[in-house]
Amino acid sequence: MEKRTDKNAYTILFAIAMVFIVGTILAFLATSLKSKIDENKRLEKQQNILYAMGVNENDEKSIAFISTDKVAGEFEKYITKQLIIQGDKITEDKEAYLLDLKKEHALAKDKSHKRRLPLFIGEKEGETFYIIPMRGKGLWDAIWGFISLDKNLIVKGVFFDHKAETPGLGANINQRFFMDDFTGEHITKGSVFKGITISKSNADPKNIDKEDFEIDAIAGSTITGDGVSAMIKSELKLYMPYLQKLKNN
Amino acid sequence: MGLLSKKDLKLITDPLADNNPVTIQVLGICSALAITAELEASIVMSVAVLFVLGIGNVVISLMRNIIPSKIRIIVQLIVVATLVIIVDLVLKAYAYQLSKTLSVFVGLIITNCIIMGRFEAFALANGPWKSFLDGIGNAFGYGLLLIIVGFFRELLGSGTLLGFEVLGNPIDKTGVYAFRYENNGFMLLAPMALITVGIIIWIQRSRNTALIED
Repeated sequence: MEKRTDKNAYTILFAIAMVFIVGTILAFLATSLKSKIDENKRLEKQQNILYAMGVNENDEKSIAFISTDKVAGEFEKYITKQLIIQGDKITEDKEAYLLDLKKEHALAKDKSHKRRLPLFIGEKEGETFYIIPMRGKGLWDAIWGFISLDKNLIVKGVFFDHKAETPGLGANINQRFFMDDFTGEHITKGSVFKGITISKSNADPKNIDKEDFEIDAIAGSTITGDGVSAMIKSELKLYMPYLQKLKNN
Repeated sequence: MGLLSKKDLKLITDPLADNNPVTIQVLGICSALAITAELEASIVMSVAVLFVLGIGNVVISLMRNIIPSKIRIIVQLIVVATLVIIVDLVLKAYAYQLSKTLSVFVGLIITNCIIMGRFEAFALANGPWKSFLDGIGNAFGYGLLLIIVGFFRELLGSGTLLGFEVLGNPIDKTGVYAFRYENNGFMLLAPMALITVGIIIWIQRSRNTALIED
């Protein structure tokens, strides 16, 4: 005899009930946790931006952000200006750091659209930092980061993160040994924009030469590394007109 | 052992050696190749699989009499995906840093064939308690292999263990690097994980010839 659970009607009813129950549970959880998750993401952005300008609680080896209960205050204190650059138009916007780069990338596919470029200006111990958010593609999914420059366009610090790079390989772009290498690198030669390349054939593994525009790659993560290089080049390039003006002043 | 009968204990100990999910059942190979370049990632993945497989096996076992056989694979997939997403959401809300570390593993867990494999082979035919033991037993077996492979790959590939430079610093030429030792970068790539797993299978089968199939 056919089992009850083999009948078509049962199968269809079961499928409908299952989808309904699972859907309800997930939708309920997602909506009830949304505000908390969004808040966490907002604080994380502030932490990342501050990290790139060297405001963090790092010790010798590890990465430690400003703690979440303090970060809003510190952000207020160190980030003096948030700008949105769109062509020649520059506006101040207190919420520029919340601008969704993914949406901006999508809008920019339409050639007539001038991308809105957020730029954060930070002050620490009398020094000015220009912090630029970046977003690009890794091997599996999105990668993003923040790079802070001084007015001579020398890198003061970076922060990278990723959605789903391979653990142990590409995922290491958010580790100190990789990120710390960027500090002090130049991104321009004279007035020509060079960017920074993640190089597998780097002749300078100790990273002494700061004007070679190269960073030592992570073994086994070629595509992620190439993604980081491409991201730095394509995103910083857009800011160059503004940054060059700064340098010449 | 009052808690576990001999048969129950076998459910846990068997997958550690003679019925190891990776080397004998050939389940979960893809993730064993993908994430064993570092010991730490191997450990995190092992713990995550332990959690999901233990609970997933119980849930599927409880549902085993009502799951329509025609769509059972889809049902299993939905159960794992739901479990993983719930955990991911809760972590994102209450333990954000931890969720960042684990997020890369989420996709690997949902599609891990060891989970579907144990659901299909065991939980659908056995009670919840047995299924739970089978789940954690197999997760331990899987984790053990991941950790062995991760250990050798990180040690020989990067000269570190859990990030500590146990062999010295390759750039400053300290430790064994002073004697012209070099890291084998090939160990970090997927093919060497396959070869490492192969060597383990070779050792295991030459010690216990009953495992060799014709």
